[in-house]
Amino acid sequence: MPHSYDLIVGLEVHVQLQTKSKLFCRCSTKFGGPPNTQTCPVCIGMPGSLPVMNREAFRLGLKTAIALNCEIPQFTKWDRKQYYYPDLPKGYQISQYDLPMSQNGWLEISDPKKEFAAKRIGIIRAHLEEDAGKSLHDEEHGKADTRIDLNRTGTPLLEIVSAPDMRSTKEARVYLTQLRLMLLYLGVSDCNMQEGSLRVDANVNIHIQGPSGKIATPIVEVKNLNSFRHVERALAYEAKRQYDVWEETGRTIKDYPKQTRGWDDAAGTTLPQREKEESADYRYFPDPDLVPVITPKAEVEEVRSGLVELPAAIRSRLEKTYGISDYDSDVIVLQGLPFVAYFEEVAKLSGDGKKASNWVTQELLRILNDQSITLEQFPLTAPQLANLVKLVAGGEIEITRAKEVFNDMVANRRDAAAAMSALGIAKVDSSELENICKELVAANPKIVADVKAGKQQAIGALLGQAKKRNPNANPNEVRRICLELIAKMP
Amino acid sequence: MLARSATDLLRDLSVRKLSSVELTQAYLDQIKLYDGQVKAFLHVDPAAALARAKEIDDRRAAGKPMGKLGGLPVAIKDVICTKGQKTTCGSKMLENFVPPYDATVVKRLKEADAVLIGKTNMDEFAMGGSTENSAFFKTTNPWDKSRVPGGSSGGAAACLAASMAPLSIGTDTGGSIRQPAAFCGVTGLKPTYGRVSRYGLVAFASSLDQIGPMAATAEDAALLLEVLAGHDPLDSTSANIPTPEYTKSLSQPFQGLKLGLVKEHFGPGLDPEVEAAVREAVKVYQSLGATVKDISLPHSKYGIATYYIIAPSEASSNLARYDGVHYGYRTDEKQMLAELAAERKSLEAKQDEKGLKNLDTALIRLYRKTRAEGFGPEVKRRIMLGTYALSAGYADKYYLQALKVRRLIRSDYDAAFQEVDFIIGPTAPNPPFKIGEKSGDPLAMYLEDLYTVTANLAGIAGISIPCGLTSGKTTGSPLPIGLQIQARPFDEDRLLRAAAMFQRGTDWHTKRPNL
Ligand SMILES: [Zn+2]
Repeated sequence: MPHSYDLIVGLEVHVQLQTKSKLFCRCSTKFGGPPNTQTCPVCIGMPGSLPVMNREAFRLGLKTAIALNCEIPQFTKWDRKQYYYPDLPKGYQISQYDLPMSQNGWLEISDPKKEFAAKRIGIIRAHLEEDAGKSLHDEEHGKADTRIDLNRTGTPLLEIVSAPDMRSTKEARVYLTQLRLMLLYLGVSDCNMQEGSLRVDANVNIHIQGPSGKIATPIVEVKNLNSFRHVERALAYEAKRQYDVWEETGRTIKDYPKQTRGWDDAAGTTLPQREKEESADYRYFPDPDLVPVITPKAEVEEVRSGLVELPAAIRSRLEKTYGISDYDSDVIVLQGLPFVAYFEEVAKLSGDGKKASNWVTQELLRILNDQSITLEQFPLTAPQLANLVKLVAGGEIEITRAKEVFNDMVANRRDAAAAMSALGIAKVDSSELENICKELVAANPKIVADVKAGKQQAIGALLGQAKKRNPNANPNEVRRICLELIAKMP
Repeated sequence: MLARSATDLLRDLSVRKLSSVELTQAYLDQIKLYDGQVKAFLHVDPAAALARAKEIDDRRAAGKPMGKLGGLPVAIKDVICTKGQKTTCGSKMLENFVPPYDATVVKRLKEADAVLIGKTNMDEFAMGGSTENSAFFKTTNPWDKSRVPGGSSGGAAACLAASMAPLSIGTDTGGSIRQPAAFCGVTGLKPTYGRVSRYGLVAFASSLDQIGPMAATAEDAALLLEVLAGHDPLDSTSANIPTPEYTKSLSQPFQGLKLGLVKEHFGPGLDPEVEAAVREAVKVYQSLGATVKDISLPHSKYGIATYYIIAPSEASSNLARYDGVHYGYRTDEKQMLAELAAERKSLEAKQDEKGLKNLDTALIRLYRKTRAEGFGPEVKRRIMLGTYALSAGYADKYYLQALKVRRLIRSDYDAAFQEVDFIIGPTAPNPPFKIGEKSGDPLAMYLEDLYTVTANLAGIAGISIPCGLTSGKTTGSPLPIGLQIQARPFDEDRLLRAAAMFQRGTDWHTKRPNL
């Protein structure tokens, strides 16, 4: 009989900060340049060169740390993390060791699908460091040469280390999604995983409910996670693997050190990485080439007061202001700031937040997805869409016809009035509608009898006939009038 | 002409009584005549120096504005990067390294219209006190060519003593400007940490390294410091404070000057002739109106131990980049790969599983062989010391403890400078020693820095000026003795004034060896 267990996950996220120049020199951080064209004596570690901190990178780090509710110590310093690798030209990476620029924060995560209750994920620390270069393994000509591209060397990275507070693959995914969203709203990173602007390592083990209490398995650091989906899959795989290994060997956290494994997505497995990398002693010490950074409280407050509205705050404001569901607010906020602004304009102009939300989250998003376009490329302005929503809200046009109008507006780039007249849509005069209903009731005694006998659904046949007589006849109105007429009949 | 001070020569240059070409040629001739024995220079490019001198002469003749050094030749220690010119650091590792950029001080020298006459020899990566650790050759002391010139700026000091340059740039991490200045009978100033930009100085120990001027007189050193000093946005540790005009204040007299004699500097190990010369120098100051007071630097006895933790720790990190991958020396790859293949074959034949598992990858072997072949023994010794001191479990005991003592040493100085203006004493415990005399005994060599390292640890300024010659009874020929004066941080202007004051009352700084 298998034991139950909890998954315990902490995530280390490396984010490239969106600065024009590198962390310690003035080289460009642009992605994709020809190899080794964005380098200088400083970032390639030329003898005699010295680093000078890029204040903008520090400010972006500060912004992020404050948004993550971190404490910002007044004093922080730079340390050297020492190891040998060809893409690390100085033989050390400038990072932060014992006195990081920020610590003890949190990020709240919640799931609109309610698979888990809203919770805070602790942020142990967020610190700045320089990126390494890239090793390109050139196996053309059968030579297996390795080439080094140092364009990336020295790009500013913020390493955000979470507490082991996540209890499921879903929570891990939501944490990453929310973190990424926050970074995008802050404008500190483009978070492009394909280009390596956002990288994730996961620390994972399981707590097994044993016969005599909880048993923790050895912690594994999983690397090479190139998408959020990889993270979910790798965590699920690790949980099962660790359980199986425990059953087989009985190994616990007490008798086995942390190991590093790499995720192989094609194979769907994690594989142990070389032992030498595990037992590294980085010989950290304060970098004597750089001066400590002092951040006065006033500067922290200045950055805090200048922060943009963050996703969590926007979500609850949208729910409160427009009376929309948390599910809808989540969908809207996930699309990014321009989408939020678009929705708010539609909601305000149409005067119906809920309907505005339905239209943007369903019809508008459908068009964006179907046509693979961005909101900027969407042909309708917010006032144009708001106009249509207003007509629907005021009962001027019924919903199926409104969708036809919407599709026409998008296809022909025109506003609601033009689309409606092109489609011949006009509101049917109430006396005309009443006449149509009278004729229908008179012509269909069988249906009248059925309805009288309690079969209300029989009325449906009349709606279709009404539509044939006048395509603009509102089915809800037709139903209401016909039922009234039948009720008055003896 | 060559025996005259730089300040003197500059006067003639500026009124066109002398041309830079003539002057540069004279020094080049002197180098040609005597550097075969002294071996102060690693590289000299006469054509380039003369072309530069001519260009300066032409500009002066055309009435164009002139930089502060207006055509004076300057020698540069080979640890400072010069664009397009080899910068070897006295190491096989950088034997063919040509920097693509100029150090900030080199830029400043060029802007001041100096003629860069050559690059001077040094202990490998500035590690040593005798210039015997150069990977290329040993520099000799012009006063006695069987003796060392001191180090690590041995070439920088020797070229001045042998009149092969009027001005010279050295670097001082634990005494590397002051001790060779003392050994060669010249003036050498280690400025306050942060006074001169380190950008382009190949790092030995970043928190201790400082570039400084070396010259015949304090006045010449002041002239040169004025050019070297100043804030540099490329060096985060350079001080953002104004640079005084040292040459202007130099002759201002002192009123009620208070000097401190450090008790701990007159203990066992101090050569009697050195002690006598220093005590005589103190009397000179007294005769000029100074009062002298005994003071104590209680933690100075930990100076050497502290220094030999901090400097190697930083060095082990700074020298990690010399791994054969990006620049500098790389082991013969073909041979390396063949060796590795042979080892693998023999292990496979023996079915030695463990041996195979532990066999280096090609990359690791590249690192190992490159570093084994590229570095000399003293550099390796310090890399090992530093690596050990920073290792997990030891960093607290050694490196962090050393940082604490370093702060105590600084507090000692702060307290002492409450009572006195300057601290004076011997620069080195003994006169220049014989080549080879201490090279088998690293510890004895480390004690050479006894009186100098604390200034680096505390980050304060210090100068060494000639204050006597040995009688020659024990040393065979008369040898120079240096007087060290230490000052508060960023107090170089007053320090130079104190040195100039001594030199106005004595003539030790005018003595030159018979080549
Ligand atoms: Zn760069």
